[in-house]
Amino acid sequence: MSDVIDRPAAKAQFKVVGTRPVRPDGADKVTGKAAYGADLMLPGMLTGKIKRSPHAHARIIAIDTKKARALAGVKAVITAADFPDLASEEMAGGESAANVRDIALNCMARNAALYEGHAVAAVAATSASIADEALALIEVTYEVLPHVIDVEAAMAPGAPLLHADIFTKGVEPAPTTPSNIAHRHDLTRGDVNAGFAEADAIAEGRYTTAAVHQGYIEPHACVATFGADGQCQVWSASQGHFAVRTLCAKILGLDTSDIRVTPAEIGGGFGGKTTVYLEPLALALSRQCGAPVRMVMARDEVFRATGPTSGAVIEVKLGARRDGTITAGQIVLKYQAGAFPGSPVHPGVMTALACYDIPNFTITGYDVVTNSPKVTAYRAPGAPISAFGVESAVDDLALKLGMDPIALREKNAVRDGMKAAYGPTFRNIGYVETLEAIRDHPHYQAPLGPNQGRGVAVGFWFNIGGDSTAAVQITDDGAAVVATGNPDIGGSRASMAMMAAEVLGLPIEKVRPIVADTASIGYSMLTGGSRTTFATGMAVTQAAQQIVTDLKRRAAQIWEVAVDQVEWLDGAAVCRDPAKGELTLAALAAKSGETGGPIGAQVSLNAQGAGPGFGAHICDVEVDPETGGVTILRYTAAQDVGRAIHPAYVEGQVQGGVAQGIGWALNEEYIFDTDGKMENAGFLDYRVPVASDLPMIDTILVEVANPRHPFGAKGVGEVPIVPPLGAVANAVRAAIGVRMTDLPLSPPKIRAAIDGR
Amino acid sequence: MGARQHISANVNGDPVEFLAEPGTTLLDALRDELGLTGSKEGCGSGDCGACSVTLDGRLVCSCLVLAVEAQGRRITTIEGMADGGTLHPLQQKFLEHAALQCGFCTPGILVAAKALLDVNPDPTEVEARYWLAGNLCRCTGYDKVIRAVMDAAADLRQERV
Ligand code: FES
Ligand code: FES
Repeated sequence: MSDVIDRPAAKAQFKVVGTRPVRPDGADKVTGKAAYGADLMLPGMLTGKIKRSPHAHARIIAIDTKKARALAGVKAVITAADFPDLASEEMAGGESAANVRDIALNCMARNAALYEGHAVAAVAATSASIADEALALIEVTYEVLPHVIDVEAAMAPGAPLLHADIFTKGVEPAPTTPSNIAHRHDLTRGDVNAGFAEADAIAEGRYTTAAVHQGYIEPHACVATFGADGQCQVWSASQGHFAVRTLCAKILGLDTSDIRVTPAEIGGGFGGKTTVYLEPLALALSRQCGAPVRMVMARDEVFRATGPTSGAVIEVKLGARRDGTITAGQIVLKYQAGAFPGSPVHPGVMTALACYDIPNFTITGYDVVTNSPKVTAYRAPGAPISAFGVESAVDDLALKLGMDPIALREKNAVRDGMKAAYGPTFRNIGYVETLEAIRDHPHYQAPLGPNQGRGVAVGFWFNIGGDSTAAVQITDDGAAVVATGNPDIGGSRASMAMMAAEVLGLPIEKVRPIVADTASIGYSMLTGGSRTTFATGMAVTQAAQQIVTDLKRRAAQIWEVAVDQVEWLDGAAVCRDPAKGELTLAALAAKSGETGGPIGAQVSLNAQGAGPGFGAHICDVEVDPETGGVTILRYTAAQDVGRAIHPAYVEGQVQGGVAQGIGWALNEEYIFDTDGKMENAGFLDYRVPVASDLPMIDTILVEVANPRHPFGAKGVGEVPIVPPLGAVANAVRAAIGVRMTDLPLSPPKIRAAIDGR
Repeated sequence: MGARQHISANVNGDPVEFLAEPGTTLLDALRDELGLTGSKEGCGSGDCGACSVTLDGRLVCSCLVLAVEAQGRRITTIEGMADGGTLHPLQQKFLEHAALQCGFCTPGILVAAKALLDVNPDPTEVEARYWLAGNLCRCTGYDKVIRAVMDAAADLRQERV
């Protein structure tokens, strides 16, 4: 079951916020009407397909498209020659910077194919089968080069180089020879040697995680049309249609104002749909032939050419005094970036010790390019990886000290007023409360049977704010329409409508939320970083508040009283003078022509003050000593969510994040053969958790309100994937008595560990 | 490629006719020829269940069925689940329990869950989890999905008595 722990007095102030209405876009989604990326059809639409490199690393000597162009039904064929050769340009993204040239080169290889599946050409044809035939007729001459995928092998001197122009950043003096290490990040505090000298116990380990994919069930898809006058339209499933617009403009050398992007319903993203793969190609194909082009990836293309997140090596050393005070930490993180720089190692570094108040530490992170698909954000990018190492080591420390693992974490917990390992001072955090919540939960005391074990782990994520726009319009019958620029991945339309309804005093059914296209609403950063309910919710709330102010003015005008005589209560203007009665929103809307015209407000803002999020999880497992198989018996996740606007969707975020974390811990991994080709590019062999793999996932929503948000909300979507890797590994250790350090914890590895006891 | 064949079938109670290449899947025919885009392609290999439909009452992955095999057969898709404007109890319970986030897996899960309740009106949680093990959902962790299915089953049993 799910519990909500909060302050009852605060809750009573709200009528809509904190309730569980049916989501406004729900009916279309349960009846099959909702239109996702691949569902749109335009008259005369062609099918676009991509030719991909069969080699993990190769120089592209020549591409001959003559035969493909000559095939009847083929309308366009493109290669990198159809795109401008861009200069390197860093661009601010959702949570991390991106280099536009790299994104362009990832969409379409120029001169070199850097991973198996890298796009080298594309076609548009009148049918899918003709497009397939055309791809087969494109002749690419490659010079196959040595490749490297393992992160430490890629860092080693003499490793095959992916790029001649990478000179490790963040190192003084700057190196003079290129390498695969794109960036080194350092974070230090105090004196680690002195810290370790004070320690009575040391826990140390070297841990590894495999590359894993976001695994959204909807493959990437888009439709694009390039007008004869240069005006373009794109429909695509992405986490940010404004980002799609900007990237398409830059990659194709177009004006942003000539591109209009309409968000399709999106079938999951988890960070993986924050960039572009298909949209620039579909536009380039459409430009060549004049017809709309639809492109939809097959599942194996999704695996081979999008996502994943980094495979990594994590080295952790922690020292503590006998009483449990952690005195020092030393951490080294090595993350695969894939074919271009930009692994999430920097957030991995910043979050590694964010839950702990440790006086002395050094954390070093390496961003390493490898001949594998360019990594893309995946839910709390980088944090689950470093947390896996740290939470495993903290568990070992608790064992060495003979301490309860929750008590050890409480003893070293960050609290309000403390300086976070990554810099700022924490305010209004609910971390200790989540630890208390799991400590006091019946789950923590429940008895365990033979071959069963219990693990605990914690996790942190920053959450972000940023640019958002919202427009609220009042209809002539006194209802409201809320438009935002954030694609709704997991129910955000519901929370937007609820916040507007709360402010306007309307029932939720009277508020209709939409996600507007790039030409119909002001700029909004993408849906990511757990920012939408916080930042876009703030814009919605402020727009609704402006409307209330305006409605009070209008009522005062009608009543011929001073504005301060008017209050807004339950969706109506009420006058201090009881003789005047009240004016409902519907009545005011009907009279809007006499009081200043249509009623509406738009707010664009840059939201500051996103509250960081913390989670604390308990996991019980049973290990089958015969097979090495792990069953998740019970799982409880506590999280500080600030204020749950729609608790059911908040619980859903937590449950979904936990399930992904369990998959990461137990089953999921990219497997490459000796040629660097992915061997398991399908859901049969890349095994994400299915319903029979999981128990119910209990959630505890801890509500320590964020004073910087009108309703106290904090981001919730990312934190829940951070603790599970450690929680599962710690539970397995408790069950078999052996520390497992290499994910995924697949049955053969566990069998080997049991045999080696 | 090959010559397109003429297929007649019954979809959601209505007679339909369409042309299909010999290699075209039922899923592609439903989506592209008949415009029934409620069935989704998540994998095209029978591993995700997003394309679930029933064929003469039997639950199948429509990405694994050839369109030509539909000749003379009865197909039910997500578009046939609601009774006109009235949602099926499963659809209603999915909404009430917030059993969907992105909703991409939802049509397939609903079709599969209905097939379960047709043969087993009183499934245990474990039976429901195993029946739906062929339907991947990456968003929800299945918790609310299973609760919605169990709740709908209870409601449907109520209706029967
Ligand atoms: S699309 Fe048919 S099972 Fe995945
Ligand atoms: S709700 Fe997104 S895959 Fe199930």
